[in-house]
Amino acid sequence: MTAQPHEHNIISFRKLAAVWATLLVLTAATIAVTRFDLGGLKVIGALTIACTKAGLVIAFFMHMKYENRLLQILLFVAVVTLAIFIGLTFFDVLYR
Amino acid sequence: MSTAEDGRLMAERGFWTDTGKTGIGAWIFSTDHKRIGLLYFYSVLFFFLVGVILGLLMRIELMAPGRDIMGPQTYNALFTLHGVVMIFLFIIPGIPGAFGNMVMPIQIGAPDVSFPRLNLFSWWLYAIGAVLVLTSLFTGGGAPDTGWTFYVPFSAKSATNVSLALFGVFVLGFSSILTGLNFVTTIHRLRAVGMTWSRIPLFTWSLYATAWVQILATPILGITLVLVIAERMLGTGLFDAARGGDPIMFQHLFWIYSHPAVYIMILPAMGIISDIIPVFSRKPIFGYKMIAFSSLAIAAAGSLVWGHHMFTSGMSDTAVLVFSFLTFIVAIPSAIKVFNWVSTLYRGSISLDPPMLFALAFILLFSIGGLTGLILGAPATDVHVHDTHFVVGHFHYVMFGGTGFAFFAAMHYWLPKFYGRMYRKRPAVIAWCLMFIGFNVLYMSMKVLGMRGMPRRYYDYLPEFAQLNLVATVGSWILAAGLAIMLVNLFRGLFRGEAFTGNPWGGATLEWSTTTPPPTLNFIKEPVVTHGPYDFKALADDSPDGMPGDGRNQ
Ligand code: HEM
Ligand SMILES: [Cu+2]
Repeated sequence: MTAQPHEHNIISFRKLAAVWATLLVLTAATIAVTRFDLGGLKVIGALTIACTKAGLVIAFFMHMKYENRLLQILLFVAVVTLAIFIGLTFFDVLYR
Repeated sequence: MSTAEDGRLMAERGFWTDTGKTGIGAWIFSTDHKRIGLLYFYSVLFFFLVGVILGLLMRIELMAPGRDIMGPQTYNALFTLHGVVMIFLFIIPGIPGAFGNMVMPIQIGAPDVSFPRLNLFSWWLYAIGAVLVLTSLFTGGGAPDTGWTFYVPFSAKSATNVSLALFGVFVLGFSSILTGLNFVTTIHRLRAVGMTWSRIPLFTWSLYATAWVQILATPILGITLVLVIAERMLGTGLFDAARGGDPIMFQHLFWIYSHPAVYIMILPAMGIISDIIPVFSRKPIFGYKMIAFSSLAIAAAGSLVWGHHMFTSGMSDTAVLVFSFLTFIVAIPSAIKVFNWVSTLYRGSISLDPPMLFALAFILLFSIGGLTGLILGAPATDVHVHDTHFVVGHFHYVMFGGTGFAFFAAMHYWLPKFYGRMYRKRPAVIAWCLMFIGFNVLYMSMKVLGMRGMPRRYYDYLPEFAQLNLVATVGSWILAAGLAIMLVNLFRGLFRGEAFTGNPWGGATLEWSTTTPPPTLNFIKEPVVTHGPYDFKALADDSPDGMPGDGRNQ
């Protein structure tokens, strides 16, 4: 196997640990949000936290922050596609 | 022509004589895209015939009112199996897996696909998925009875072996994704010198658009199926309204994939037609850029119209409006293609060889199917014909009259190239004639029955529908007879017909410039592309590889 050697993206242990801790805090936040009666905001709150967590995982654990432009654009396209699909689906629920 | 003679001797049987491995191993472990293409071809053809037999059995049951040859549960299993086999084992993998693999790398002047081993793996996944689906028939609670759409809540409750069938389809999805991945990479990276984007044959263009749909939409099907399995095994309640779930969400998720999937079925078929029409009209294609562009437009816009399957589901009225509007938009790029094909024919020098006849049938049948699709895309009319035989008639026109006939066109157009032998044309024309007649008798009757209110997926019907059902069943026999003649004639030709080496149809795309059958790495000399895919004038002026440009009169 002749994988390209990665020179620049060895993330320090400290940084990884910080991300991990943030994820834990956000998980706690997810549970905390359910305790309050936020009405419609509840869904938005939960989704915001979830998206932030997913973003952190992708950026650091999956190295996307250090990858080249093309890969980032491709990921972006995939995410936008998914957002459109989910958006149109929610659109139905919203007006039902 | 001494160069032609040399080439002929060097590549007597082309890739067929490539003997790294022997016996069946030379096929099921081969990474040659042509062998994988043929593997796919015979696999999908096998399942097509299985599906046809199931269809004929259903038609016999519907021949007369009341119970004829089977009870309701068997009928339910039959239409489910027929649907699953035809959709997931024949028509989705069909053209990309078989003809895409066989032809596309040669069309762009590549020695193979980018990831040959992944390509082989995708066939293996196909085989494994197929075995799983078939196993589900004889194990657990017996053959699934949900219809190919696996709608909840029934699919979550049915005592039949739905889970295994779902898992089989899940595996088949991965096979499709790998094919898509391979094709996108190959088309981007492996084009020969001079094969610019505007010289790519339209069949390859259509595979490119299809590949993106395969990559982006198929994972959603996979996830959806896993959710239903979870619902069955773990009782997650995701789709159970009583527990806060939403059964309509399943329909959304299912159709987010399955509507784009109809473009996975039809786009490559349109590509075949775009390649065949100019060759048999001896004219460059009309509107090359628009056809290529409309493939991409269909792929993109077609991904946003899934809701038109759900007008009667209880979805919100606003969503109904939006999805109906979007559906009408997709009709535009589809119509662009039809007009371009017809304009290509206009004042062409048309020869009615079998591939052309199938292509012409495609245009008519696809147009009928497409236009009846608009009746279903308009909510006001859809409410009346939803879940009737009108829908069954409609999608057979598009999928069978469209993609099926394009598949037959491709068989008659490309397979001789790979076998180096030609079939007899007269029986092929007779078969085409029978199929065309039988097809319309069968499915037009179904459409009329549907408009008069006969629902789909029932093994019985009211007595007033008897006459037309009998007509439809007779039509299915005419169709089957044509199909049998076509296959016997074609394979007899491929295995024992007259050998040829040139360019039997006078095609200007690269696959016709290499030796017949093509050598293992497709070209003896690396090709350099100097003209467009439908530039028949340039073809007559210079014949690449010393092959005769137009072998029509050989
Ligand atoms: C001789 C050929 C064929 C015959 C006689 C035939 C006949 C039928 C019949 C009688 C039904 C069931 C109608 C009902 O009760 O709902 C059906 C359903 C269906 N057919 Fe075919 N068919 C043929 C070929 C094909 C082909 C080539 C395809 C696809 C490429 C196809 C795809 C389907 C699908 C997806 C369904 C729906 C299954 C479901 O309701 O879940 N059929 N066909
Ligand atoms: Cu659709």
